[in-house]
Amino acid sequence: MTSEAQSIDELSRSFAMTTRLDAIVAWGRKNALWPLPYGTACCGIELMSVMGPKYDLARFGAEVVRFSPRQADLLIVAGTITEKMAPVLVRIYQQMLEPKYVLSMGACASSGGFYRAYHVLQGCDMVIPVDVYVPGCPPTPEAVLDGIMTLQKMISDNKPRPWKDNWKCPYE
Amino acid sequence: MNKIEVLKSELSHNFDLSNFVFSHQFGDDVIQSPKEQIIAILSYFKSSGRFDFLMDVCGVDFPHRPLRFDVVYHLFSSKDGSRLRIKCQVGENESVRSAIHIWRGADWFEREAFDMFGIVFEGHPNLTKILTHHQFVGHPLRKDYEADAQQHASEVLPIHFDSEPGMPGSILNENLVPLNIGPSHPAMHGTLRVMLELDGETIVRSKCDIGFLHRCFEKMAETHPYNQVIPYTDRLNYCSAPMNNVGYCKAVERLLGVEIPPKAQVMRIILCELSRIIDHIIAVGTGGVDLGALTAFFHLFTYREKVYSLFEKLCGARLTVALTRVGGMAQDAPEGWFDEVLSFCKEMREGVDEISKMLLDNKIFIKRTQGVCPVSAQDAIAWGYTGPLLRASGVNLDLRKTSPYYGYESLDFDVPVGTNGDIYDRYLVRIEEMRQSIKIIEQLCKNIPGGDYTIRDKGIVLPEKKDVYGNIEGLMNHFMLIIKGLRPPIGEVYDATEAANGELGFYLVSDGSANPYRLKVRPPCFAIYQSFSHVVKGAMIADAIATVASMNVIAGELDR
Repeated sequence: MTSEAQSIDELSRSFAMTTRLDAIVAWGRKNALWPLPYGTACCGIELMSVMGPKYDLARFGAEVVRFSPRQADLLIVAGTITEKMAPVLVRIYQQMLEPKYVLSMGACASSGGFYRAYHVLQGCDMVIPVDVYVPGCPPTPEAVLDGIMTLQKMISDNKPRPWKDNWKCPYE
Repeated sequence: MNKIEVLKSELSHNFDLSNFVFSHQFGDDVIQSPKEQIIAILSYFKSSGRFDFLMDVCGVDFPHRPLRFDVVYHLFSSKDGSRLRIKCQVGENESVRSAIHIWRGADWFEREAFDMFGIVFEGHPNLTKILTHHQFVGHPLRKDYEADAQQHASEVLPIHFDSEPGMPGSILNENLVPLNIGPSHPAMHGTLRVMLELDGETIVRSKCDIGFLHRCFEKMAETHPYNQVIPYTDRLNYCSAPMNNVGYCKAVERLLGVEIPPKAQVMRIILCELSRIIDHIIAVGTGGVDLGALTAFFHLFTYREKVYSLFEKLCGARLTVALTRVGGMAQDAPEGWFDEVLSFCKEMREGVDEISKMLLDNKIFIKRTQGVCPVSAQDAIAWGYTGPLLRASGVNLDLRKTSPYYGYESLDFDVPVGTNGDIYDRYLVRIEEMRQSIKIIEQLCKNIPGGDYTIRDKGIVLPEKKDVYGNIEGLMNHFMLIIKGLRPPIGEVYDATEAANGELGFYLVSDGSANPYRLKVRPPCFAIYQSFSHVVKGAMIADAIATVASMNVIAGELDR
């Protein structure tokens, strides 16, 4: 072995490892999600439980809650989105920087829930693209954790997300 | 002589009573007045001191009547706990004079009636939409508006202000800094929007924009059978869901004229008091967070989780429990549940002491809250404050004492009262109320009455599942009740309970069908939050944040 090859070999035994760039980037992204808790209603209270001492979302690397969309990459829509709120939600989504993900928590955010009513948007996916839907009214914290883990898997697998790529702002 | 006769003879000295109708229905005193007289009669009751609170103003739509709308006022006297309902009829293109000059608290209630029904209140300074968005056309609670006819909004209104005398209205002052907070802002708890004009850090004027969580509860109630409304009530004040269940079922039961068995009463009180504790946990915890004290919140949430576990054992759900049914409870408590509640009380007692030390004895907390934005007792009453905020202002009013229900009168507990109505007093009252709630639960858990957890009226309560699947009578009963529905008699009732935030009232109008004809909720924080702009005027912006937190505005019941 030449001395150069030997040194690379030694290097690899000490601290280096080989990987694909997209894989290591995805690994970093999935384990450091910074959520923006868009808690509007009951689900927002249950989201507090998810963050709270018993269920502790920090175990999944997502405890740095950021209310500024510029600093967050996971939008958790927790609660009913009304017609009055929809333009605000779109604005917040647009202000988030790439890469960004959306988790719709609960029946109301996913489909309007049991509010088939004159002032309730029938699902936040009518205005923004959603990656993961978590059912429940409100979902148990376990279900939300499962949703986050599903999203982490999507990120690490680099799954294509056509709903996001084809999204157009509904107000333009 | 009963109460309504006394009122009648009192009024006869000052009014020509030929156009008035006095009645006593389902335990409520009602006066039907011509709309021209309504302001005179309201100000008479206010100035004579007979009734000091205007609890609620709302509309009811009767599209087939020549004068289409009812405007309904609910008065309350804190002296003897008596109530009075005053109604007047208003046609579609007519107006009624605003009561805002008699009770400031009529402000948002009248705006809501305008938004929902299109009833015009003459003399109201800002009669604009309040719950629906600004592009919404029509009045959704009118009977001819389809429940699911959605109208999309494409934008949010820019910063705007109410027109006040001496103020430039919606034109912004170019020497001041306009600031928009919310609705997506941590201090605004998700759905509140406050617009301010600042001189340095001092608030010159402000306006609240609400309705970002208007989920059409009242319209949904009109389109669902009585028992199916219960899950919707869960989502009014979602921090203490069982209290809403109890309040609603109590109103329906009064209309039906049934009394629930002792065991159901005790279970309801225990659930209410557990809810009061966890509601105050959220109020105190997030109040601390808004002032920068994160520890108390995480610490308190441990206890909230424990109550969730208790609820889960009872019904399977954690937050939105839908535990009651008209006529009693949905099911009996499992074996040993009351003992678990007792051991929770023991833990909670220590928890409250710890929190009290962490927050109320904390130097920073005291400096941020003591003497900040106080509300006097007189103002609090004029705005329609109830619950802990009213008591913090020094008014000793608690419905559990003034008009006790479910046996509160036989329980030993105190009502904490503050002195000057500042933010510190509000937390002081809340924390003491948690202690009192623990005391109530402990008294009850040691002496649980036997017997059934619900009444067994075949026209009201569904039979148990073993009967539905086990015998033909049960099956028939189940079938008939589902098809026909629970049908209370024609009439109306206003019933109030002491919820964690104050008086939670349900005004229920029944036309004898299986759905409520009209269900108006009188949410406690709606009356409280309307005073926000006045309370924070001239204060620092950081104090406004502390004020919002201490008002404990829950968007679910604020916007419904």
